[in-house]
Amino acid sequence: MIKIEKRNDVPMALYFFTPFIAIILTILGGGIIFYILGFNPIEALKFYFITPISNLYGFSELLLKATPLCLIAIGLSFCFKSNNWNIGAEGQLTFGAIVGGGVALLFYNQEGFYILPLVILAGAIGGMFFALIPAILKTYFNTNEILVSLMLVYVSKLLLDYLVVGPWSNPEGFNFPETRQFSDSSRMPLLFEGLRIHAGIFLALAAVMLSWFILYKTYLGFQIKVSGLSLKTAKYAGFKGKTMILVVFMISGACAGLAGVGEITGPIGQLHRMISPDYGFTAIIVAFLGRLNPFGIIFASLVVALTYLGAETAQIFLQIPKYTGQVFQGMILFFLLASDYLLFFKVKILNLKKNELRH
Amino acid sequence: MSLDISFIGILIGSIMASSVPLILAASGELITERSGVLNLGVEGMMIIGAISGFALMVITDNLFIAIVGSMLSGVIISLIFGFLTQSLLTNHVATGLALTIFGIGLSAMLGKNFVGIPGKEFPILFSSLKESIPFFGPILFGHSIVLYFAFALPFLTNYFLKKTKLGLVVRAVGDSPVSASNQGINVILVRYCCILYGGAMCGLAGAYLSLIYTPQWIENMTAGRGWIALALVVFATWSPIKVLIGALIFGGITILQLHMQAIGFRIPVQFLSALPYLMTIIVLVVISRDSRKIKLNTPTSLGRIFYKEK
Repeated sequence: MIKIEKRNDVPMALYFFTPFIAIILTILGGGIIFYILGFNPIEALKFYFITPISNLYGFSELLLKATPLCLIAIGLSFCFKSNNWNIGAEGQLTFGAIVGGGVALLFYNQEGFYILPLVILAGAIGGMFFALIPAILKTYFNTNEILVSLMLVYVSKLLLDYLVVGPWSNPEGFNFPETRQFSDSSRMPLLFEGLRIHAGIFLALAAVMLSWFILYKTYLGFQIKVSGLSLKTAKYAGFKGKTMILVVFMISGACAGLAGVGEITGPIGQLHRMISPDYGFTAIIVAFLGRLNPFGIIFASLVVALTYLGAETAQIFLQIPKYTGQVFQGMILFFLLASDYLLFFKVKILNLKKNELRH
Repeated sequence: MSLDISFIGILIGSIMASSVPLILAASGELITERSGVLNLGVEGMMIIGAISGFALMVITDNLFIAIVGSMLSGVIISLIFGFLTQSLLTNHVATGLALTIFGIGLSAMLGKNFVGIPGKEFPILFSSLKESIPFFGPILFGHSIVLYFAFALPFLTNYFLKKTKLGLVVRAVGDSPVSASNQGINVILVRYCCILYGGAMCGLAGAYLSLIYTPQWIENMTAGRGWIALALVVFATWSPIKVLIGALIFGGITILQLHMQAIGFRIPVQFLSALPYLMTIIVLVVISRDSRKIKLNTPTSLGRIFYKEK
């Protein structure tokens, strides 16, 4: 007989263990999907999760993809911890890339050590500004931040499209929808010759450290956590709710903007339509899988980055459509949420025979 | 002059056609939200409906099977959401987001072999009347059966919620699940039904896009309509009739934008395409400013997890 009991408190070990259950279940689920599609599941999973990182180049690609995911998810963790549902990070990433890219284009024929910092700063400010829109509308007009931040994703992508087709398009570019190449001074320095991994990874690591410090060592972090647990308590404690909402959105937007600028100054080197394969949305999954914990997010960003890489590899070797990546990402979140059940409820398997003997 | 009037008639007819997916999805979501469940997976359920409808049409060559199948696929995919949020008590927002991401990925995966296949003409009703009556012809006649259903749906939904006992049960569950439960209503079961119904309507909305509106399969063809439908429910302050009005306004903006592009209006295409999204934000701001009014109409337990100690 199975008995389900509500737990009084959540065991911390289990809290950080269930993401692993979710990952294992996702791999099993993926195997089943591959089997249904007519592939050998073991072979497909090998191409998906092992082949991509079996050499140095692959490992560098993994870090390259994990960098923006980690950055955005760190930012989102501030919002989610305080119960602010910013799901428009993709838009903040795009707008950050537009502003940062605009600055880089101003200096397209110049060199100088000051250019890259300016571009990065512009990207962060751009993302921050774009995140402020839903935040201000939420605090002063009571508007739902989920819908506003999401609508702005479409707006920012259309703006980018307009810019790369119209005013910012490369005059020597034969009408391709792209801008000029940025000058070398606007590009992130590469860490190793021949690999694409660039200095942007240090931005992500700095964000991890800084967010850990803010969340666990400052008054602001305390406010954020309390507001997330109970809005009533936060109000009773006299926290300035509105300021906090603005601050968490700004942090989140700045991180997404940095991720955007890291992509265009890193592997891409110019602006065009496809600057992000939905990193902004996928980072939501990363934030949850990492349990909104800075170090958990590092781990989660690597796992989710692998689903991007695996999807590409599987497409090349097995002609499996690359969208399986999104299917895997959706499944991870489904299984993670489902396994949370174990956190709040205790499943007891009672042995009836023993009970009977006692009586 | 007669030409102008008939043109306006055609224009109104096309506005109605473009508002259909919004009406269907928003009416479905409205019932779900009225029962206290916030399902952000509308976009994902719509896109699954779109691909399954189109795929079934290609495979079976039967439009009826395609339409019913799209609704069924909406039900199946919403069952995932229902099971997670109702039986495993997961967070509604996160689960809905997962459903959307999963749905978009799955639809692109399933639709791989259906890209570029031309669609089939969907039968329209009263086509002779459409031509013969100058102004009202294109407005009232010559539409698919799904459009007529969509325009009746808000009224049916309104009747269901206000005049039937079952509608009262749905509202009770949404406004006060604890008292409803004490009255002997199975809250979880009611919510399951409302979620599945919402899934069916979103599936139908998606099939309308891929079978009738632009009869073909294009990846990500719902293009944010699911999210606009979610915004419409807030816009309508959870009232079915206002959903209809809102959907027509948004349909109007979409069509206006297309016509402005066609006559070579001097605003860049992208700005016009951004109009529906910007409009959604503006409308949300205007509606939400009066927080009292929003609170009065919002289902009290919307998005909250209900758990009954056994």
